[in-house]
Amino acid sequence: MQTTGTHIAYLHTCKRKLWLFANGIGMEHTSETVAEGKLIAETTYLDRARKYTELAIEGIKIDFYDAKNKVVHEVKKSDRVEEAHTAQVKYYLYILAKNGIDHLRAIVEYPKLKQREWVDWNDELLLIASKWEKDVQIIVNSESCPPVINARICKSCSYYELCYVDE
Amino acid sequence: MKKTYYLFNAGRMSRKDNTLKFTPVDENGIEGQPKYIPVEGVSDFYCFGALDANSALYNFLGKEQIAVHFFDYYEHYTGSFMPKDYLLAGKMQIAQMKHYSNKTKRLTIARTFVEGATFNIIKNLRYYQSRGKDLAGLIEIIEGYCIQIQYATEIEMLMGIEGNIRQVYYTAFDTILNDFAMNGRSKQPPKNEVNALVSFGNMMCYSLCLGQIHHTQLNPTISFLHEPGYRRYSLALDLAEIFKPILVDRVIFKVLNKKEIQAKDFDVQVNSVVLKDTARKVFVRTFEERLSETIKHRSLNRNVSYKHLVKLECYKLTKHLLEMETYKPFKAWW
Repeated sequence: MQTTGTHIAYLHTCKRKLWLFANGIGMEHTSETVAEGKLIAETTYLDRARKYTELAIEGIKIDFYDAKNKVVHEVKKSDRVEEAHTAQVKYYLYILAKNGIDHLRAIVEYPKLKQREWVDWNDELLLIASKWEKDVQIIVNSESCPPVINARICKSCSYYELCYVDE
Repeated sequence: MKKTYYLFNAGRMSRKDNTLKFTPVDENGIEGQPKYIPVEGVSDFYCFGALDANSALYNFLGKEQIAVHFFDYYEHYTGSFMPKDYLLAGKMQIAQMKHYSNKTKRLTIARTFVEGATFNIIKNLRYYQSRGKDLAGLIEIIEGYCIQIQYATEIEMLMGIEGNIRQVYYTAFDTILNDFAMNGRSKQPPKNEVNALVSFGNMMCYSLCLGQIHHTQLNPTISFLHEPGYRRYSLALDLAEIFKPILVDRVIFKVLNKKEIQAKDFDVQVNSVVLKDTARKVFVRTFEERLSETIKHRSLNRNVSYKHLVKLECYKLTKHLLEMETYKPFKAWW
């Protein structure tokens, strides 16, 4: 199975979510939060479509790549799982570097919060990201689903009901 | 929140730009004022009247994941237009197959379905017992059968126990109902008013379960209590067992005892009884009210509607099949 940006993000959010998602148990279609995120992606930075490139390479999909300034943009709704977002763009940088486009910078943008987070390239990313890739494969191919994490973020997760329903 | 729409009137449904337009047509073929239905607000359609539509509409409904369930003049369920499966999960299908083909695993799930159904049946009887109906004897008999469930070693035995329970349960209808009697269950065709309502209600419950299963990764043809793929999407029949007492039967007791549906609302023929339009409308409205009623869910600590409980049941089954957690059937706990 090919690792995608979503897998890397879920690895950093919740391993159970990663396992379920990768095994075909998707929940995104039930979530209003996901629908809102999609709406934000569709309605913000509309002028970018013309200036920026859309990139699809080795299973990752980058909506906005600013080739002139060598910056990868990623738009997110909320900074609730910020670490997962930066991990996702670091993975993008790693994949691009592997394909000969290196020394880029990335930016995670939160239009609703009017905030942005810069991620710079460093050579360590090659090591870190390839380890993440392996971690994803180990979890996804495991026979059993990882346990619930009982975290604060669970409440707003699209898998909340699946994970916590009992009786 | 998406809603179920019930189409009782004949008419033409069409796609109008990116939304839906329904033009009613009366008996003389005269078109009435068209009604616009925003597509975002529709979960599915139940079609009782003659519906005129073209493939452009069905393409649109398919894309929007909206199902259409059809019923004939006698309110029999005749089939559904189901949008293309959009949640395919190979792992899930295989897990479902494994649990079906392994006899012990299949029995485990089938037993819990019957247990859940029986629990909810007894719950109904206790409720009416507390309201002055003498049902203690019947409750005792059903509890006796209930003990046998765990000892059933074959699906047929389980189905037999379930049949016995239902038979006793249906005799309780004659005590619960003030002005109507059931005199035993009769189907195809139902021989009296109560049987007509039970058939109609059960079919509504079946369609509800099918609709909810479609929005999960479960395969509706692989079932555990009922024989799979036999005539119907049998997993929906399995799930419906659990929900029929609380969703259908309670609504029947209510509409009949509160005289919201009366003898005049039925069309009595030589060997069958059919609901008139008035009865169908009252039943469907009360059923919908029941579905949107909410309860505080214990483990989720959230308010959920009765309709949503069906989906949660699918989630629990998913977890059982993927061997994450043992399935516990829904039991009305309040």
